[in-house]
Amino acid sequence: MRNIITALTLALIPTSVSAEPIEQRIAPCLACHGENGQSQTENTPSLGGQQAPYALIQIFMFREKLRVFEPMNEMAKPLTDDDLRLFSDFIAKMPKPAPPAEAGDPARMQLGRALVQQHRCDTCHNPDLSGKENVPRIANQREDYLAKTLAEYKNNSRHGYDASMADVMAPVTPEQITDLAYFIARIR
Amino acid sequence: MISNSSVPRSLVLAGAFFTAFTLGAAAQQPAAPPAAGAAPAAAPLPPGSPLIGRPAGEAAAKLAPIAPPPIAAAPDKLPTAKLKVPAGFNIEVYAAGMANARSLAVGDKGTVFVGSRLIDKVYAIVNKDGKREVKVLVSGLYRPNGLAFKDGTLYIAELSKISKIEKVEDNLDNPPKPVVIFDKLPKDEAHGWKFIGIGPDNKLYVPVGQPGNNVLHDDEHGLIRRMNLDGSNPEVIARGVRNTVGFDWHPETKQLYFTDNGRDWMSEDVPEDELNRVTKVGEHFGAPYCLQGNIVDPEFGWGKSCSEFTAPVGLLGPHSASLGIRFYTGSMFPKAYKSVAIIARHGSWNKSKKVGGDLVVAKFNKDGTMKSLEPFLTGFVEDNKYIGRPVDVLQMKDGSLLVSDDWNGAVYRITYGKQKVAEKK
Repeated sequence: MRNIITALTLALIPTSVSAEPIEQRIAPCLACHGENGQSQTENTPSLGGQQAPYALIQIFMFREKLRVFEPMNEMAKPLTDDDLRLFSDFIAKMPKPAPPAEAGDPARMQLGRALVQQHRCDTCHNPDLSGKENVPRIANQREDYLAKTLAEYKNNSRHGYDASMADVMAPVTPEQITDLAYFIARIR
Repeated sequence: MISNSSVPRSLVLAGAFFTAFTLGAAAQQPAAPPAAGAAPAAAPLPPGSPLIGRPAGEAAAKLAPIAPPPIAAAPDKLPTAKLKVPAGFNIEVYAAGMANARSLAVGDKGTVFVGSRLIDKVYAIVNKDGKREVKVLVSGLYRPNGLAFKDGTLYIAELSKISKIEKVEDNLDNPPKPVVIFDKLPKDEAHGWKFIGIGPDNKLYVPVGQPGNNVLHDDEHGLIRRMNLDGSNPEVIARGVRNTVGFDWHPETKQLYFTDNGRDWMSEDVPEDELNRVTKVGEHFGAPYCLQGNIVDPEFGWGKSCSEFTAPVGLLGPHSASLGIRFYTGSMFPKAYKSVAIIARHGSWNKSKKVGGDLVVAKFNKDGTMKSLEPFLTGFVEDNKYIGRPVDVLQMKDGSLLVSDDWNGAVYRITYGKQKVAEKK
């Protein structure tokens, strides 16, 4: 009898998991990353409108521990390849984050815009910083997360999927990172 | 795409000179006025920025490095049916399911080893009772792109260290941890991944790329070294190397030929990737001062002349990302393929209309310079998008040729003659 129950339970688990709609499965993610695509949590990125190929690469890297952040490594651990596609496609369709209500200090905004051009962020991330394919949307991302990420790329503690960002960040100073994050978070 | 091959070399070079001159002239024109409300003109880019030279304009703003999907394509999703080889040749899937499959090496017992760059694994394609099986040989490595095999030992090149696994084919199910033999290498991400090879002199050849698109690098970069198989006695044998991700030795002259990727953002059409040949220890191949043997670099070429450097023996197409190269020494392919070089061109990203994404065959003049370049395997580009990207080639004992594809995580096999497994299709 017990064996039958065990067998039944085992048989049920995968079915029940995959039968659960994506809205339900992604709810624990959005608890930190924010409903409607916009994060209210410190150092935690907004996911809305993110490029699906980029999002897939990141969840993959968390699953494989190629990108190390323990809570995310744990969350991604049980995901199948199909799950990765499902989650990244869903994220891409969530509304993109909105810029903060107030426009930002004009002098700082101008400084940031000049840096974006100088370091050619807009080549790969697009002029409106919406990203494309494996290059992420960074427009209106959280300022703290942007600054943290740029610093991590610079000191190579965040290993990119490929070498592009480490390469780009080599000549960027810590002060410039602050200015870039300020502008990118507020771009309109 | 490789129509240049039929034109006399002098003409091609003249064309390149002219293009370079035109470019230089264009660069002196005032830059396009900034859009209304835009910030003041951007300051000059610091040396080392990959985007140095990126022109203003919409077309250039569409170009970005293209990353492959991290998940290997299912065998039934591979583009094999779309791939084209010359008449009489066949192509089939050899093994699939190896995400980001890159450099290839084959063991004495026929095991094929496959490195990766964007993930942490080295795979082994094992032949067991006539069946092929893919195993993860090692995980947890950092950009293990390069592989070489000699006398039972597999050599693995990570970003900044070389290690080895002895008697690897006797321990495929439970291989020992790789033992480091050399780690005095820079840790730069840019062009930090490595191809390695073992020469006829029984030495291990290890390159270090330029740490950026176009960089005035120090003495620890932009070179090829050789060392004993235990990592001792390292010796720099070539300098001025921007980024080589494939080399092999000519079967008759035993000279080292290496592909080298040209810089980005100078123009759509120049510089071309280079095919170089090392004829003496310590030769300088020009980077970052002289490009493709006949263009002084607009930033670093001042006061330099291309005559100071060893010119390439052949040009392989602008931005084509020429990677793996192996000379054909087998008996399966027709006689015309004896001692030709088969080169994998990964394909361009820094170019509006894609170039490469194919295998080409380089034939040589008696003096060892390149005579012609012809397509061999095509079909990886569809509507100017990649459906696969070849990285490395490897000749098997029977004379068939393996090709790795890091876009799909697969290895194909090219054979010549009547297909014995034709009914499979």
